[in-house]
Amino acid sequence: MSTILAIQNLGKAFGSLVAARDINIAVPPLQIIGIIGANGAGKTTFVNMITGYLRPSSGTIWFKDIDITGRPSREISRLGIARSFQVPQIFPSLTVFENMCAATAIAHASGGLLAQILTPLHSPATTAKAEAAVELFRIGSYRNALAATLPQGVRKLLDIAMALAGAPRVLLLDEPTSGIAIEEKFDLMDVVMSALKNRGITVLFVEHDMDIVERYADRVLAFYDGTVIADGSPVETLENPRIQELISGPKLKMTAVAALHA
Amino acid sequence: MLTAFAILTDGLVYAAYLFLVAVGLTLIFGVMKILNVAHGSFYAYGAYGAAIAVGVYFDQGFPAAGGFLLMVLVAMVIGLLLGLILERGLLRLVYGKDEVVVVLVTYAAFLILEDVIQLLWGPNSYSLYQPLDVAGNVDVGPLVLSGYDIGLVVFAALVAASASWALRYTRWGRLLTVVIFDRELAASFGVNVSLVYTLTFVLGAMLGVLGGVVMAPKIAVTLGIGVEVIVLAFAVVAIGGMGSVGGAFVGALIVGLCRAAAVHLLPQIELFVIYGVMALVLVFRPQGLFTRAQPRKI
Amino acid sequence: MALRSIIGTLGFLLIALAAPTLPAWLVSLATVAFANGLVVLGLIILWRAGLVPFGQALYYAIGAYTVALIGRYSEIRDVLAMIAAAALLSALTAFLTGFLLARYREIFFAMLSLAMSMILYGVLVKTETLGSTDGFHVELPTYFDYQPQGEMHLLVLFWLVLAFCAMSALLVSLYFRSVAGSLALPVRDSEIRLEFLGISVNRLIHLKLVIASTLAGIGGALAALSIEHVDPNMSYWTTSGGFVFVTILAGAGSVAAAFVGSFVFELLKSIAYDILPGTWQIFLGSALLLTILFLPEGIGSLFGRLRGRAKPV
Repeated sequence: MSTILAIQNLGKAFGSLVAARDINIAVPPLQIIGIIGANGAGKTTFVNMITGYLRPSSGTIWFKDIDITGRPSREISRLGIARSFQVPQIFPSLTVFENMCAATAIAHASGGLLAQILTPLHSPATTAKAEAAVELFRIGSYRNALAATLPQGVRKLLDIAMALAGAPRVLLLDEPTSGIAIEEKFDLMDVVMSALKNRGITVLFVEHDMDIVERYADRVLAFYDGTVIADGSPVETLENPRIQELISGPKLKMTAVAALHA
Repeated sequence: MLTAFAILTDGLVYAAYLFLVAVGLTLIFGVMKILNVAHGSFYAYGAYGAAIAVGVYFDQGFPAAGGFLLMVLVAMVIGLLLGLILERGLLRLVYGKDEVVVVLVTYAAFLILEDVIQLLWGPNSYSLYQPLDVAGNVDVGPLVLSGYDIGLVVFAALVAASASWALRYTRWGRLLTVVIFDRELAASFGVNVSLVYTLTFVLGAMLGVLGGVVMAPKIAVTLGIGVEVIVLAFAVVAIGGMGSVGGAFVGALIVGLCRAAAVHLLPQIELFVIYGVMALVLVFRPQGLFTRAQPRKI
Repeated sequence: MALRSIIGTLGFLLIALAAPTLPAWLVSLATVAFANGLVVLGLIILWRAGLVPFGQALYYAIGAYTVALIGRYSEIRDVLAMIAAAALLSALTAFLTGFLLARYREIFFAMLSLAMSMILYGVLVKTETLGSTDGFHVELPTYFDYQPQGEMHLLVLFWLVLAFCAMSALLVSLYFRSVAGSLALPVRDSEIRLEFLGISVNRLIHLKLVIASTLAGIGGALAALSIEHVDPNMSYWTTSGGFVFVTILAGAGSVAAAFVGSFVFELLKSIAYDILPGTWQIFLGSALLLTILFLPEGIGSLFGRLRGRAKPV
């Protein structure tokens, strides 16, 4: 298929407040898209609409050949679109391993209640997968730590690892490096991207850090005032003077950290 | 036509009663996010206090106006005592804990207070009939209304008006409103939240006790009156929205009139109507009629 | 986990075997206590998910009145038929009310469920054919056409209650090991994550409500058969409060907590009524306060701590 995600004329209004309007995007499979824009520009609203947390006021969203407009999140997740959150949605009362087991077991049991009652939480298959996921995201050393005690970076990684439990085809990351120290941002994204490599996943990530966007994205969408004002390669969009004026700021000399990872 | 009028008057009287018992509860919940089950105790202690103290007063033959004043005084004293004991002595220990846990703490306090009533005043029933006699009856068209009832409705309306005014136009009222909306934000602006909590709880307690005091002449003051009141008060507060005085007013009116209609037209569904209305409102507006919805979480 | 189930079943067997040697009042008390334990078991299921309904008395009363009404208005006396009817009615009611209730959490969940139990209370009090405030008598049941005589009746009912408790304990333990049952802490932690993994949290809670309420209905039916009387108080909010109390006191840590806690509660209540009449509520309220302040996981957690085990999921 040539388009895994097709968004047409998408819009969202809260009463008289227009949070998003006229969004048209076609996403080919396996593309990695960076979404930039100031706070309030509509990026998270956009992500929320695709993932079913918000119902669009207008427009349609097609995933492969399925119309997912307005469907609830749990259906969209089961269909193959997963996401991570600005504030990691993990289970603080459980250990990292138990978090991963829970996510894997849920992904294995189908959506029906009957299946969920009959499927045991701990089975050899799910525990093996959970172990593998924990190792893949390099958080094995935190395996038995309660999720409430984790540092922010590990929380983010766990959040993303859990999102992947259902083997999604599309993954949306909402500010994956927010709250992470500058020196560690690239390390985190390296881990995430290598975990995603060769899994056939299309990625869209919202980011404020332009260095991250430049390094990891194939394509950049710039949001402003609820709509997309630029759509192109990282170089095109980030060098665009209008984008620099409205969103990204002038391109400074590459930071030392970014240079290390170039 | 007569029935309609009777429903209206009965409804208003019942609404006055409901408002007076609910307004303290909603204030405490709005400011402190605590659903105070012991509010039923405030009501009960008010009724007992009034029945005994005010009964004695009237029996001595003192002037009637002073009697009514005494009722308010009794409410304030009992409310102050109970409120302080509960808030400083008990609630202070559980602030910050889970909402439902705090409710259970107030339930435990309620149970203890109920038995204390029995220890203090025994299982007998008391009655306070003097204020009713003094107020006399009033002929309104074909109906004879109790003067006390009319006074009750006027009193409740006054309390509602002054509470709304105070919340909107006095410094303390505005502080309360701020804390209702966002406690942390208020604290970061230098509001002494701990003091506000104590004051609110004591105020809510006084209002609850006042509810019991003014209702004492209309009921048989006996064991168990606090128990029925708390669920009714909660229904009113849930309908109106937690923390909203205006909501308690509207909620009390709705419930009062619906219940009066049920009593006159189909008595079997009296209790059903009250909780049915509450369930109905919650279906369409889970946060009640007058509170804001929760902002976005992710 | 299997070890615990074996120990539990053995425990029930031992009690059943010891029953004929125990005094009649103790067997009666234990019967009601274990029947109530079923209600508490249901509450544990919900409490683990962070929900505390204040209206389980609704289903308790439905179960009790079903049995009483069958006895009064029909010829059916078979105990299993009666209990099946009670369970079915409770489950159906929970299924219907769950559509509304499962959309709420915390205080509103607690209070909406309270409201529903009060609605039934109001109906029961005002309806003559249902006995009004006095309630009415419950006919003695038969067990597969066998009508026990005299003291045997107490024993047979007790054995029946034990059987139901053992079965429920086993089934609920299995439930806790399934995906649906173990998603209790996660529901409290992050419903959002669960929704985004593909679980409908509302439907999950709806399921938990139906299970808990069916247990409460069976408990009410068994209690009614033991007390031989039903009245509207069984639907009053203070009855619900009693069940919540036992849950808090015992803690939600294990299935056994429901029954041990309920039995200790009934025993203490009986003793308190003897020794300190008129001050039972002071005693109860104080016990609850102390538990909440110093042992928030309930007394059952003491045993976990003594054995040095981690908090069970």
